[in-house]
Amino acid sequence: MTALVVEAAGPGLTLQDGGRHGYLRYGITAAGPMDPLMHATANRAVGNPLDATAIEVSTGGLTVTAERGAVGIAMVSRSFRIALDGAALPDAVAVTLEPGQTLTVRAGASGAWGYLAVRGRIDVAPVLGSTATHTRSGLGGLNGRGLAAGDRLPVAEARPGEVSPHRLIAPWLDRDPKEIRVVLGPQDDYFAPDQIAAFLAGPWTVSPRGDRMACFLDGTPLKHAKGHDIVSDGVAMGAIQVPGNGLPIILMADRQSTGGYPKIATVIGPDLGRLAQAQGGTLLSFRSVTVAEAVAARRAERDTLREPVPREPVVRTDLASDFLLGLNLVDGVTDGRA
Amino acid sequence: MSDAEHEPRLLDSGEAALVVEFGSTVDPDISDRVLALDDALGADPPEGLRERVPTYRSLMLHYDPLVLDRETLVARVRTLAAQTSARAGTATLWTLPCCYDAPHGEDIGQVAERTGLSPDAVVATHAGATYRVYMYGFAPGFAYLGGLPKTLAVPRRASPRPPHPRNAVVIGGGLAAVATVPMPTGWYVIGATPARLYAPERDESFFVGAGDLIRFEPVDAATFAALDAREAAGERVARREEVRR
Repeated sequence: MTALVVEAAGPGLTLQDGGRHGYLRYGITAAGPMDPLMHATANRAVGNPLDATAIEVSTGGLTVTAERGAVGIAMVSRSFRIALDGAALPDAVAVTLEPGQTLTVRAGASGAWGYLAVRGRIDVAPVLGSTATHTRSGLGGLNGRGLAAGDRLPVAEARPGEVSPHRLIAPWLDRDPKEIRVVLGPQDDYFAPDQIAAFLAGPWTVSPRGDRMACFLDGTPLKHAKGHDIVSDGVAMGAIQVPGNGLPIILMADRQSTGGYPKIATVIGPDLGRLAQAQGGTLLSFRSVTVAEAVAARRAERDTLREPVPREPVVRTDLASDFLLGLNLVDGVTDGRA
Repeated sequence: MSDAEHEPRLLDSGEAALVVEFGSTVDPDISDRVLALDDALGADPPEGLRERVPTYRSLMLHYDPLVLDRETLVARVRTLAAQTSARAGTATLWTLPCCYDAPHGEDIGQVAERTGLSPDAVVATHAGATYRVYMYGFAPGFAYLGGLPKTLAVPRRASPRPPHPRNAVVIGGGLAAVATVPMPTGWYVIGATPARLYAPERDESFFVGAGDLIRFEPVDAATFAALDAREAAGERVARREEVRR
């Protein structure tokens, strides 16, 4: 069977589908993509169901080759450095990996996660109905762990895609991480009004020690009005808990299903990816919105992915200068959009 | 009027989760109302309701707001909460074999020191009680149990002990639990059950539900090993019966 072979893998490289749903009541984390919108966009670009299995690439990067057959892929990121056999490609691209060709993905100036989706199906066995990898409990993906060099990912029904690289035009992924929308609660009553205002205004600095489980914020600690322990209750992705030290922790895809700290607010679904893409050191603040506003944003996001992802052929001037220097000529092709 | 008689509070956790909060404490009456609503919604779930997560004192409902709008969900919850105050009928009682002997009950000596009971009395007290599964959380299949006799109420450790084996029977902070997955813990490990409450490789990965009752039946280490082998072969060694609530 056609396969993708992982030649080099940074930490935090996992397979993710839309998440493992239905088992939170048994303590099973949903996992799934850190940036659901970008994950869905990559799947849309190769014609797959939006929640199909894709490779989630962290800033640790990835080198991958195709084996036995050609595989059409979409590699979607913001600012990651992507190259095919050493030739630079746009940061969101659809292309065909011919057997023996090598795709490299490296971190860039911004963004924390990218997604590689394939034309066909990454053929790993679902566990509890999902292929999403949750490394802490060893569930899903490839034997419940992150991908490593030497791993072979069979691709069922593999088929080639674009003959030449095409840039994917997905302006909805140009999201400024500076302001994150939240719905206050469920335990905002554990904080006085001035502390809610301080929480929203920030500014907070995204700590570099975040991972798939949580995003940690540094800033001026918040004060609790009614203590910092609650009897455990459910935890949604995006819930912002404030433990005893007053520094907010935003619980992400690999969070535990329940928790015992007051949750001052919850990041709205459409802004989860915006937040997840913030690299360590990013400054951000929050804006309180109503449930109705959040639902409207979610509807707009869904409508974005109704149509195929627009694409255009990569022209030479899009390529890195070292590639052009390698050719030792600029052959008169100009950027038609300039 | 107790917490349990009030209308539940409805709290949003974002636009895709609603917390139905019946109280703020660990209390069997509150848990009854949580589980009664959980049952009622599970019997006839509205389209778009994705997950129901019962906890000690609340029911978290994850929903797709593009399929199920908040007002419809809230109306359904209010109607059902008013109609169902407690679970009716029978409850499921599980008898789980439990080995308290070495090497499984490795922290029994520390519990004995902290409670002033003899090690045998610790075992007899733990095995003499009937527990209720309040909720799962923290880790896959980690079942929080209420009903620990007060004489065994020891605070959790200030710092975690080294990881325990899977299916550890633990106590701490006035609660009991079955800890299915090896991990460092602040709880005290007093035994182990061969019954696998969490087995992702099986078709029925979980068999004990929130609201079920549990008793522990002492077995020696040889019996534990034999039962563990039967579980490994796919058998279930927990005994099930239906009892009146």
